[in-house]
This record gives sequence, structure tokens and C-alpha cells, in this order.
Amino acid sequence: MTGRLVLGAVTAGVLVLPLVAPTYQLTLMLPFMAYAVILLGLNLLFGYTGLVSFGHALFIGIGAYTGAVLTTHTRVRSLEVILLTAAVAAAAVAAPVGALCVRYVKIYFGMLTLAFGMVFYTFLLKFYGITGGDEGMRVLRPWLLGQDLGEMPKVAYLVGPYYYYSAAVLALATFGMWRIVRSPFGLCLRTIRDNPVKAESLGIGVVRYRWYAFTISAVYAAVGGALLGPPTGNVDPTLAYWTHSGNIVFMTLLGGFAHFFGPVLGAFVFIYLQDTVMSVVPYWRLVFGAILAFLVICAPGGLMGLFTRRRHPTPGAARA
Amino acid sequence: MGGIFHAAILFLVAAGLQVIFGVQKIFNLACGSFYALGAYVGISAVQAFIGAGGPPGLFLLPLALAGLLVGLVGVVVERGLLRFVYDRDETFQLLLTFALVLMLEDAIRMTWGTAPQSTAGLYLVYGQVRLLGATVPTYNLVVIGASLAIAAGIGWFLTRTAFGRIVRATAENREMAEALGVNMASVYARVFTLGTALGTLGGALVIPATAAMSEMGIELIVEAFAVVVIGGLGSMRGAFVGALVVGVLRAVAISVYPELEMLLIYLIVIGVLVLRPRGIFGEVAV
Repeated sequence: MTGRLVLGAVTAGVLVLPLVAPTYQLTLMLPFMAYAVILLGLNLLFGYTGLVSFGHALFIGIGAYTGAVLTTHTRVRSLEVILLTAAVAAAAVAAPVGALCVRYVKIYFGMLTLAFGMVFYTFLLKFYGITGGDEGMRVLRPWLLGQDLGEMPKVAYLVGPYYYYSAAVLALATFGMWRIVRSPFGLCLRTIRDNPVKAESLGIGVVRYRWYAFTISAVYAAVGGALLGPPTGNVDPTLAYWTHSGNIVFMTLLGGFAHFFGPVLGAFVFIYLQDTVMSVVPYWRLVFGAILAFLVICAPGGLMGLFTRRRHPTPGAARA
Repeated sequence: MGGIFHAAILFLVAAGLQVIFGVQKIFNLACGSFYALGAYVGISAVQAFIGAGGPPGLFLLPLALAGLLVGLVGVVVERGLLRFVYDRDETFQLLLTFALVLMLEDAIRMTWGTAPQSTAGLYLVYGQVRLLGATVPTYNLVVIGASLAIAAGIGWFLTRTAFGRIVRATAENREMAEALGVNMASVYARVFTLGTALGTLGGALVIPATAAMSEMGIELIVEAFAVVVIGGLGSMRGAFVGALVVGVLRAVAISVYPELEMLLIYLIVIGVLVLRPRGIFGEVAV
């Protein structure tokens, strides 16, 4: 019950925020919402299936570049079409990549995903003619729900219609993921995480279910990635670099992978903390590295772990 | 020939990665950052040496010494951080080394600034030689020789010394080694330091040939990673062969079709992981 109250309060807060909060805070909400979508997907793999991907930035990159390619090379401006295309493109890539990756677990899964991520990163970086190389590509302002908002001042566009649009996408994504993890499918994934041998003997197609989870989380990452582009108006290959994959795993851990909303909280805290730290010292990585080390050693349950007292399973706790 | 030079450096870093993975089963993402640290400290040491009036011809001495000494950071990291997560899931171990990557990168920026640093002019102090119709800086040959010597040294250490036997026993079966009275804490600390020192030495030795940049570590880790995957996780021979494959392929790709350089390496990594996940010499099954 308290969970619903908190959720209701947060939703209300997100909706009224543009009326009260300063513009700058609102622009920080945009990457937060995009990352929240990405992390919901990542956590399906990390928290629920027990697989740690160190190449998920690949799909963020696919989503972000889908927006860039569509708006600059074609006449497509509609954000709905962009998100849909990003989702389809990610699924198309994730299906074969995932089919290879999910045959392995633990460190091998991590390495294989990292290698695929780096293939895509190198492609973005080296094929200058197609991707703009390290300069990246421009993302033209997309239409929302068929409305061409090109006349609007940029900031008004971002903290107004784009803000609500992102919030709506996040709400939809949250609802979808909530249904997924509560479904028999989600239960199967948790069984696989805790004990793949038992899961197999129960008749669950372990590899096939991992593959589904991989593909779904890739679609989430791409949709979130596509949302990341328009606020900055630019996408570049660092979105697909392996450290970016590390960062999103970090966000998940920060919030707490054992809880459904943990990663969303993690994204929120990460974005705002990063902004705060960067305004004080330029060395945010040093501070964040220390925080991560502290979390790993002392509080592996993340922030959510501090609120809930249940014993949490570890990701990949199941030994194959 | 540049490919072999690169391979020699890669071997050192990858060997460090392998030693640690083989014994402690930790995939150390920070090995690239140790490499960068070794490079920066190496530059400072050489600059101090030249500044103090040391003969340029002897710059290799402070360089190698600095590289080895920074390896002692390994003790601090192992005792201060890593030992808390040995009984945890490997995800946490991986994330802890990622935390090190973040911290070390900024620590380097804080200490040495963001501008690339180099030991200008020292690269060719030993002159060049003509070899098989190509002009090769002698320094490259020195590093290749040093790397070969280290490879031989590690082989000797692992097979012929008492501590080497303990290390191999621990890698094989930790519980059994512990039951036989091996002091695990001490073995882990020494192994991690050895692995770190190999990385930092690699960084120090590469520096006369290139400039040190704060991103050099996170770029190298993925190459070292390619090396160990191709060669086989935890295998020294694997690190050697893998480094050769990656180094030579890179050199060939650069001269034939530069766009494909890294792409080719990652594609091979994927091919190896898919067809033979334990690599060419790996003994660990998935």
C-alpha cells in the first residue's frame, strides 16, 4: 500500500514539476527519464535474470543513432516513428547477438556483450561517411504526436512538450516492465537466475528465456537511447563506448537491482549527483568511483536496499 | 615490426590480467588504468632523471624502475579494496575494478593534467637499425627483448619456483591449497601486485614511443581483453599468442584498410568466444 502511495506521489510530482521547478532542474529530468527507461530494461537482465551485460551501450547507441539518421537523412520527424524504428532496429540486432551471448553466463556473457558493444562503437567511430565519426551526428528536433513544434524556443520545447512526452514514455515503459516481471515469464526468469539447473528440469527453456530477456532489454535501451538524443541535439560514439555500459550498470547498482524501482531511483540519483559533483570539482569520476567501491563493499543492495530489510538475492547467484 | 612492438607491450598488460584472473578469478578491468598510471609515472621519472643531469642513454633504467615500483599500488588496491569481495558474486568484483577505472582516470587527470605528455626525443636515442629491409628504432627491439625475457621469466617462476607451484595450486583448487596450509591472503596480495606490476611496466615501456593520454588506459583494456579472449582466459601461453595475433593484425590492418583495424579484432574476439569460448590455450571451461 505504501508502495502505491509513493508511486502516486512521485507521478504527481513529475507532472507538476514543470509548473514549480526551475528550468535547469527540468532539463536534468530529461536524461533521467531516458536513463530510467534504459535501466528498466537492463535490470530485466541484471536483477531478474542474473546476467550482467557490459555492452548494453550498444543498444543505447542504436536508439540514439536511429533518431539521428532518421531526422537528418530522411524526412521522418515524428518521434513516435523514431522510437518505434529504434525498438525494431534494436530487436533486429539483439536477436542474433543475444542468441550468441545467452549461451554463456557470468564472465563470458559479460565479455561477449562487451565485444559486440565495441564492434558497434568502432563502426560508429571509423565509418566517418555514414556516422560522422567522433563528431557524431545531429538530431533534428522531432515532432511530438504529429505536432511540428519547430517554432517553439528550444528550452520551452524541452521543458514543456518534450518533458511530458518523455514522462509518458517512461510511464508506459514502467507499466510494460511491471507487467513483464509480474507475469509467469518474469517468474521463470527469476527461477533461472536463482537456479538454472532446477529451472531446466522444471521444463523452462533456460536459454530461450534468457534470449527473450536480452531482446526485451535491448528494446528498452534503444527507446531510452532515442530519447537521449533530442535534448542535446547531437549523438556521438561515446554513447556506445564500454564505459557507458559500465555506468548504466553502476546506476542500477546504485539504486538497487533487487527492487523493481531501484534502477529508476539509481538513474535519478546518478544524474543529479553527477551534476552536483561536476559543479564543485571537475573530477566526478573520482568521486563516483569511490561511491561505487563503497556500494560494492558495504551496501550491495543499493539505495533501495537501505529501505527494505529483506534478504536480497545476488545477481547471477545461481551457479551454472 | 611496429606490430610486434605493440604485441610486446600488450603481452605485458595481458599477462598481468591473466595472472590475476588465473589465480583470483577476477577479471580486472582496471589493468588498463594501471598501464596508464605506469606510463605517467614513467614519464615523470624520466623527466626527473634527465632534469637531474642523467645521461639520456640510460633513461631506460629509471623508466623500468618507475614502472615496476608503481606496481606496488597493487598491494594497496588488493588489501584496501579487493579482499572484501572475494567471497562475493563476481559481478561485484567486476564492478569494483570498474570503480577503480573511474577513480584512477581522474587521479591521473588531477596529478598530470589533461594535456598529453611525452618524453620527446628519447625514442630514437638508441638509434635505428635496418632489419629485413625496414628501418626499426632500436628501442623497439629492446622492449621486444625485455618482453620475451619477462615471458620466459614468468614461465620459469610458475614452473620452477616454490611460490610458483603454490600459485598454480591455488589457481587449480583454492580450497585444497588452503587446506594444505597455503596462506591465501598473502598469495592473493602477491599475485595481484605481480599482475599490477606487469601492467604498469607495460605502460612505462610504451611511453618513449607514444604520448601519454588520460584515456590510454580505458582504450588499452579492451585490446588486452581481446588478447586474453583469443589466447584463452588464465593462460600465459594464451596471453603470448593472443598478443602476437592482435599486435600483428592491427599492424596489417592499419596498412591495408585502417577503418577495419579494431573492428577486425573485435570480430575475431566474437568468433573465438562463439566457437571456442576458452580460447586457444584456455583450460577453464564455461
